[in-house]
Amino acid sequence: MVTHAADHGQGGYPTGWRRYLFSTNHKDIGTMYLIFGMLNGLIGGALSIVIRMELQNPGLQFFGDPHLFNVFTTAHGLIMLFLMLMPALIGGFGNWFVPLMIGAPDMAFPRLNNVSFWLLPPAALLLFMSLFSEGDSGGSGFGGGWTLYPPLSAGGGPAVDYAILSIHIMGIASLLGSINFITTILNMRAPGMTMHKLPLFAWSLLITSFLLLLSLPVLAGALTMLLTDRNFGTTFFDPSGGGDPLLFQHLFWFFGHPEVYILVLPVFGIVSHIISTFSCKPVFGYLGMVYAMISIGVIGFIVWAHHMYAVGMDVNTQAYFITATIVISVPTGIKIFSWIATMWGGSISFKPPMVWVIGFIFLFTVGGVTGVVLANASINRALHDTYYIVAHFHYVLSLGAVFGLFAGWYYWFPKISGYMYSFFLAHMHFVVQFVGVNMIFFPQHFLGLAGMPRRYIDYPDAFAGWNYISSIGSYVSLLGVLIFLFGVFEAFLRKRPAASNPWGDGANSLEWTLPSPPPFHQFETLPHIK
Amino acid sequence: MGRFGRFSAILFMSFSFLLSTVLFSFASGQPQPWQMGLSESVTPIMTELLWFHDDFLLWIIGFVTFFVLFLLIVVVLFFNKRFHPVPSTTSHNTAIEVIWTVIPILILIVIAVPSFRLLYFERVIPEAAMTIKAIGHQWYWSYEYPDHEDVSFDSVMVEDEDLKAGQPRLLAVDQELIVPVGKVVRLLVTASDVIHSWAIPSFGMKIDAIPGRLNESWFKAEKVGVYYGQCSELCGVRHAFMPIAVRVVEQEIFDAWITMAVQSGPEDANELLTHRHKILSRTVSLKNGG
Repeated sequence: MVTHAADHGQGGYPTGWRRYLFSTNHKDIGTMYLIFGMLNGLIGGALSIVIRMELQNPGLQFFGDPHLFNVFTTAHGLIMLFLMLMPALIGGFGNWFVPLMIGAPDMAFPRLNNVSFWLLPPAALLLFMSLFSEGDSGGSGFGGGWTLYPPLSAGGGPAVDYAILSIHIMGIASLLGSINFITTILNMRAPGMTMHKLPLFAWSLLITSFLLLLSLPVLAGALTMLLTDRNFGTTFFDPSGGGDPLLFQHLFWFFGHPEVYILVLPVFGIVSHIISTFSCKPVFGYLGMVYAMISIGVIGFIVWAHHMYAVGMDVNTQAYFITATIVISVPTGIKIFSWIATMWGGSISFKPPMVWVIGFIFLFTVGGVTGVVLANASINRALHDTYYIVAHFHYVLSLGAVFGLFAGWYYWFPKISGYMYSFFLAHMHFVVQFVGVNMIFFPQHFLGLAGMPRRYIDYPDAFAGWNYISSIGSYVSLLGVLIFLFGVFEAFLRKRPAASNPWGDGANSLEWTLPSPPPFHQFETLPHIK
Repeated sequence: MGRFGRFSAILFMSFSFLLSTVLFSFASGQPQPWQMGLSESVTPIMTELLWFHDDFLLWIIGFVTFFVLFLLIVVVLFFNKRFHPVPSTTSHNTAIEVIWTVIPILILIVIAVPSFRLLYFERVIPEAAMTIKAIGHQWYWSYEYPDHEDVSFDSVMVEDEDLKAGQPRLLAVDQELIVPVGKVVRLLVTASDVIHSWAIPSFGMKIDAIPGRLNESWFKAEKVGVYYGQCSELCGVRHAFMPIAVRVVEQEIFDAWITMAVQSGPEDANELLTHRHKILSRTVSLKNGG
């Protein structure tokens, strides 16, 4: 890892394994989160490649047992959400750059920070244990989908219990992290940095943390009820005992919907910084951006049942959820237009982070407009649980959030590692990944409109054409991931030192005032914000 | 490096143009190869949905997407380092911020009006000619005709090796649900074990089958034919192998079928369907006094 010569004489800090296991340093913890997220991203990505290989042609290809296919889709979802995106965006970039951006020496509760990271490996271990123990349908692993709907998740062996406990632990880790972020951002801003001068990335983390704090306990309650249903004879979700399977869906989506904003809000923050940096312009409509994020967070809590239009809800309730859901596209539109207005009149240099962000804006728009379609309960009932949904949420998460993640990576990699990466490889990565993911997910809109249900190991022969294209796309994006990994490897091999501010005048948040990589402890004298 | 960056930015935009192709609608009761749009309509609901999606929403979202794409192309072409070396310092413009808040709200109101109309059309169930109950099981459907002395049968997928000519793989079932054409059918849906979902794309219908709960929906099939759908809520190992098939027949044939089913069971009644033309000609001759 990086050495910190600048720390000499600043008092000792642990070295070797102690430095990481006992770490209370936000940058080391952030680095561990990033590595953790990256490893799990590779596992989750590998699962998705196998899924696409199976779906490349009609008939059963690789999975003798359809249960195993369900286990793969379930694990792909859980890993990508809880072990890749959340750790990388919130734990990784959040830990690294919130303190740097607000001029704080570290997070408010460094030991809590350590706990919240080190809870994740056991959670991952439980999830992987779940894959290899007996689940529903007698096969190994749990194949009931990441949404864990009972009664399907109420039966079967311990695989479900392991998965539930794993999500519980991830939840605790996220809650501790959220408490830490909220305290840090509210109390440890440099003198002069009022809330209305807070960098947008810090704002996005603050809002994300509040969403986590309010939604995770609801999920924890639902999971605990499921756990006691499974093991202690309660019947919260079992109609034979007076329970209701729909109660679980309401509780789950009360968490599940804010969760998607939890994933994408940090990306909104990252995107704003990158656009401002490479357009050499301040963010257009800063206050509008802040209040758009806040209203996305607030409205995100009152739209959950739009995931449940097919369950037979009261028609007036559905009318309410349609209204609330389409309203959320207003603040999202404000963000898209403000980003474009930031670029408008700017002097854009197309460095890799900027190219990724332009890709993000377009793909997020595509995912956003299909969201407006899906908000309408009537058409939603034709498209619910089809590949149209899969295409929609991958456009906003896999293409939106992940493109934001890569943009952030190429933006901050020089700051984190102290090395410059190859722009050529980064651009190559973008082109290949962009072509790949669009090839995977755009045809899935067609499959969904034609009625192909999701979570299907085999499909009627008519769906073969677009599925084939989609699978080829996944191999192209695998090539993109390999270019990415090679780019990281190349950067560490060549060791081109990065300047403290490699991006020029546009990059004016506080992290660029520090050397690359920053010293072990920064801001021993607090910066003053004018 | 900068040149390559701009090249890749332009490349992705031309690619996006290629992607955003116009969608089409295909005909028949089952999906077609390379189908790109919604299925052909058989019910009044689906006819409305086709209008709502193809002729209305698709234009709006297409316009929004291409508008954003257009703005991106403009900023990439004109506001880059080479053509616009000195960045402006504008960071506020109240007028434009109000505009891009109000115009989306207006667009959403325009969407909401037909959306609500369609929602109430779909979910307020009209006076029905008959009721059918569908029950989801792991992994097949069973149907009951409570108005016709509780005629009931299971509907199980035909395995690949048992497929007869013309039966679509993974969609064909041993006993189809038989309903009369042009009649409002009230469908009650529930499940015996885990949650399933009863769906027929060309009916524009999807309704979850939830244990302990009786869900209600309706359809009025306006064309004779066989219409296929698939279970649409993950229900375990054979989730992909419990299709739904509805055979819509003329009222005369339905009457003959249901009479036979009440008397000697649905298997025998299904034999009748293979002699569809014989029944039709007989009823016609009966009507003509022959």
